[in-house]
Amino acid sequence: MFDFSIVTKWFHSLLCGVMPEWTAIGIECLIVLLFIIVLYAILAIVLIYMERKVCAFFQCRIGPNRVGKWGLLQVFADVLKMLTKEIIKMRQSDRLLHDMAPYFVLAASFLTFACIPWNKGLEILDFNVGAFFFIAVSGIGVVGILLAGWASHSKYPIIGAMRSGAQLISYELSIGMTMLTVIMLCGTMQLSEIVQQQADYGWNIVRGHVPAVLAFIIYLIAGNAECNRGPFDLPEAESELTAGYHTEYSGMGFGFFYLAEYLNLFICSAMAATIFLGGWAPLMIPGLDGFNAVMAYIPGFVWFFAKAFFVVFLLMWIRWTFPRLRIDQLLSLEWKYLLPISMFNIILMALVVCLGLTL
Amino acid sequence: MATTIIFFVLAAIILGCALLAVTTKHIMRAATYLLFVLFGTAGLYFLMGYTFLGSVQVMVYAGGVVVLYIFALMLTGRSDNQKEKSMSVAKKMAALIASLCGAAILLFVIISQKFAATVLTAPNEQLTSIQTLGQQIIASDKYGYLLPFEVVSVLLLACIVGGLIIARKR
Repeated sequence: MFDFSIVTKWFHSLLCGVMPEWTAIGIECLIVLLFIIVLYAILAIVLIYMERKVCAFFQCRIGPNRVGKWGLLQVFADVLKMLTKEIIKMRQSDRLLHDMAPYFVLAASFLTFACIPWNKGLEILDFNVGAFFFIAVSGIGVVGILLAGWASHSKYPIIGAMRSGAQLISYELSIGMTMLTVIMLCGTMQLSEIVQQQADYGWNIVRGHVPAVLAFIIYLIAGNAECNRGPFDLPEAESELTAGYHTEYSGMGFGFFYLAEYLNLFICSAMAATIFLGGWAPLMIPGLDGFNAVMAYIPGFVWFFAKAFFVVFLLMWIRWTFPRLRIDQLLSLEWKYLLPISMFNIILMALVVCLGLTL
Repeated sequence: MATTIIFFVLAAIILGCALLAVTTKHIMRAATYLLFVLFGTAGLYFLMGYTFLGSVQVMVYAGGVVVLYIFALMLTGRSDNQKEKSMSVAKKMAALIASLCGAAILLFVIISQKFAATVLTAPNEQLTSIQTLGQQIIASDKYGYLLPFEVVSVLLLACIVGGLIIARKR
């Protein structure tokens, strides 16, 4: 596997040669920021196009096919439309909080986005408490959604925000529990270290067998709920609440929520790929040396994106297959089933790790 | 150099938002400014290299306490008359005396304290690893945190039982 830290270290020493270290770090921070924003935008375009096409094929339609070849330019047309829309200002709404709310959601999305290890040696935020930091900053998004609902001063957004608050706080527990299961297996919270272990000893989902598979399934369910996506899209159920917490947003205010929703889908899938499916680690089958050598030639970020988009496809499949739940069913699913199962799963994983039953 | 600049930026954010939080007349805005103060504090922890403490600050205060505040404010409904009632003279005097006493205690603590570090340096985040913290919290020997940990969990259990009794349908 090619180690990207060689490139970043070379660049750092190159900059340090011509300027003091703190300016070099400042310039690197700006480059990293630009990198994050560009990647964020590209992924959003890819994901929105993919969602529309996948949705269309599940519903036996063709999907966007007029703007550009195979409708490839549809997303750009949508963005232009959204940018030129009139911003509706409402009386009696709290303008400051109303305008601020989308940025909370976006900030949470950016911070979690920065935690993902893209390749060996190519991580942006890599603390020794990486997984914990990831869960912590994903909680900021809830504040944005609640503020959006409250500041709109309208009944549908308030109901949507209420539902969303209850849903996100509940399902965060399951996400934390399943990530804890993996942390117990790896013995570290540093995300780059978790992936490195999987490159050395095999993917976590194979290494942790029964508890890891259970944790993976629970993570997918809870992750889908955490992204406000069907069958858990109660906060913005369009048939009951028009659009839930972002009903009163127009133009790019709505655009930011839309953007964050798709990127949260990607971040959730990327984290599933990182902690369960080996991140940038290539597929290695013990015994097949020729096959392993060929697989090792494929760069790490290709593996990472392939796995992440595989999980994205799984989540889209779930979204367009199942009908929406009721809010009481949603909460009882979390508190009465998923949470007890994941607690049991933690004990099972502890036993597996202590008795040395990992593969 | 860079750490000092970031420290002053964070300090300005904390002070500015703290002032806004107590001077604003809208309660939801006050909660939001409080959130920024807490983020600024988390930023200071990250600046000092205590990533675990910073993450806990974001998790507990941003993800927990402020969300709880906002939730409670939403559930209790908004007061449409944003005008505050004029306070009586006795109340004003009491508020003044309380703030003066608070300021005096705070100033006494700050002035009498000898601050060891004159320059802010960012230590390595490996200084206290998560493994050490995890072992300390369940250690029963000297400087171990097993007893406080258990006492806090008893307190939380009592809160849950109390909440259940209040919310139970007869």
